[in-house]
Amino acid sequence: MHDLQPMTALGGDAPQVDTFDHVTITENDGLALASVAARMGHEKTCHTTLKKLLGAVPEPGKAVLHDPEAGFWMGPDQWMIGAPRETHELLADHLKERFGDTASITEQTGAWVCFDVIGPAMPDICERLCAVPIRRMTAGDAQRTMIHQLGCFVIRRDNPEHIRILGPRASAGSLHHALITAAHSVA
Amino acid sequence: MIIDHPLLGPRDAAEFTYLGDAKLIDRPDWQSETAAKDFYEYGYLRDNPAGWHQELWFHEAGDRSWLVVTRNTVTHEISKVEMARDVARARGRSK
Repeated sequence: MHDLQPMTALGGDAPQVDTFDHVTITENDGLALASVAARMGHEKTCHTTLKKLLGAVPEPGKAVLHDPEAGFWMGPDQWMIGAPRETHELLADHLKERFGDTASITEQTGAWVCFDVIGPAMPDICERLCAVPIRRMTAGDAQRTMIHQLGCFVIRRDNPEHIRILGPRASAGSLHHALITAAHSVA
Repeated sequence: MIIDHPLLGPRDAAEFTYLGDAKLIDRPDWQSETAAKDFYEYGYLRDNPAGWHQELWFHEAGDRSWLVVTRNTVTHEISKVEMARDVARARGRSK
């Protein structure tokens, strides 16, 4: 029997937390993710299943912050679904059972790193990182953009001082470096 | 240059990559008698107009959708932006 230790995207035993006076950057290790892409000709049935799952179909550029599953729009007829990893580790399998042949489901948990940026300086930091109009965005706005040359999703959460950033897990260290640099530069 | 994305609204052109003439949507029929000539023309021959031009752009730093942008190559004015899949379907492709 192997004795394997799970590690977070940044390589630690526990998620990394960087605390500044004006902002806290937390590596969020507790997220299970799976993508849903409607298959051609099955868009309507797929939308119905999504609506049952989330309460609404996320519109372009929007997220539906629902509990326990939440979802956001990634592209035409494509969505990302997220849920707590503790309870939904097999999220992709469960979604596949629900959506059947109406959508292609892909496991995404191991592909992304998630950072929660929370604090009064969040908008200033976000403006240094990427081109999303952070001050115009409201809760539930989700946009894909470039941070530090990496394609990332920026999701504005209910707390007005909170954004969630999803970036490629293989570049977690680079994305973290960019976030820390931006946090230092607004201090 | 700002491209008015049909779903996401105005976005900076830096988020997009350019592919070329939107005639690339009209892929020839490989079973046609004249397929060799058609594919030669499809692969190599392009108009290079000074004026209005329909072209394919990819929203790489955004939702990764393909767009057909009608752009004036002299002034960079953009008169129309459509989803490439809608254009392709209207032309009878991807049924």
